[in-house]
Amino acid sequence: MSIAWYLAVSAIVFSLGALGVMTRRNPLVMLLCLELMLNGANLALIAFARMWGDGDGQILAIVVMTVAACEVCIGLGMIVAIYRRHLPIDVDELRELQG
Amino acid sequence: MSAVLFFLAAIGVISGAVGVVTLRNPFYCVLALVAHLLSLAVLFLLLRAEFVAAVQVVVYAGAVMVLYVFVVAYVGGEGDSIGERLRGGGAVGSGLRLLGAVLSGALLVELLIALLGTGLEAVDGFGAGYAPGPRTYGTPAYIGKLLLTRFLLEFEVASFMLLIAAVGGVVLARRRGGLEDEDERGLIVGMDKLRPLGTGTTAEGIGRFRP
Repeated sequence: MSIAWYLAVSAIVFSLGALGVMTRRNPLVMLLCLELMLNGANLALIAFARMWGDGDGQILAIVVMTVAACEVCIGLGMIVAIYRRHLPIDVDELRELQG
Repeated sequence: MSAVLFFLAAIGVISGAVGVVTLRNPFYCVLALVAHLLSLAVLFLLLRAEFVAAVQVVVYAGAVMVLYVFVVAYVGGEGDSIGERLRGGGAVGSGLRLLGAVLSGALLVELLIALLGTGLEAVDGFGAGYAPGPRTYGTPAYIGKLLLTRFLLEFEVASFMLLIAAVGGVVLARRRGGLEDEDERGLIVGMDKLRPLGTGTTAEGIGRFRP
C-alpha cells in the first residue's frame, strides 16, 4: 500500500480522538482519547520515516510513546486524587481548580 | 498479501478508535483501546518498524493498559451513551458538544486535504528502498545505535521526564492525613519498640504517635 493510505488512517484516528476529547465527560475516557490522538500522530511519523527510509521518525515515535506514558501516570494520579476527595468524576462538574 | 493485511489492520485500528469514543462503560473503552493498539502494531510492522511495533505491544498494550484497568476498577463509574451525552449538561453543554463534533469533522477534512493533497510525490510511493538484514532500518540494533549516538540528548530528556512523572504520580496519588484505623496505629506503635524513639516516621510527623 502506498504511504498515502497510512496517512489517511492516521488522520481518521487523530480526529476520532479529538472528537472523544471534546464530547466525553469522564476524564478517564478523555485520557484514552488523548492516547488515540498520540497514536494517530505516531502512525503518521512512522509512515513518513518509511517514506524517507531513515530512523528519525521512529525515534520520535518512541519519544511520543514515552510522553504518553508520563501523561498516563500524571493523569491517572490526578483522577485517583479527585476520587479520594469524593469529588465527581466528571469534567462538567470540575470547573474550579480549588479543592 | 500486504494490501489485505493493511485493510484488516486499518479496520481494526479505526473500529477500536470508534469503540473508545462511543462505548459507555470505561472498562470496555480500555479493551477497545487495547484492540486498537494491537492492530496499530500490525500497521507498524507493515511499515517495517519492527522495534516500535514490539515496544507498542509490550509496553503500551501491556503495561500502560494494565494501569488503566486498575484505575478503572478502583474509580469505576458508568459513562453516558452518545445520545445522553449530546443532550445532557443543559442547553449550553449540548450546544458545545455538537460544536465539538462539528469541529472534529472539520479537523478530519482539513487533515485529509493537507496530507493527501500535498505536493510531495513520495506520498504516493511505497517508501524508500529496503534491504533485509540483521542491522537494517527498523531493527533493535539500528534503533539502539541511533538512540545512543545521534539522539542521546533526546534519550536522556525522555529518561528525566519518566523520573519526574513517576515522582509526580506518587505525590498526586498518595494518601493524605496519615493512618485511619486504630489497628494500624497500634501496629506502628508495636513496631516502634524495635527502634530508638524520635528517629522520624510518618506517624510522628503527623502527630499520631507521641513517645
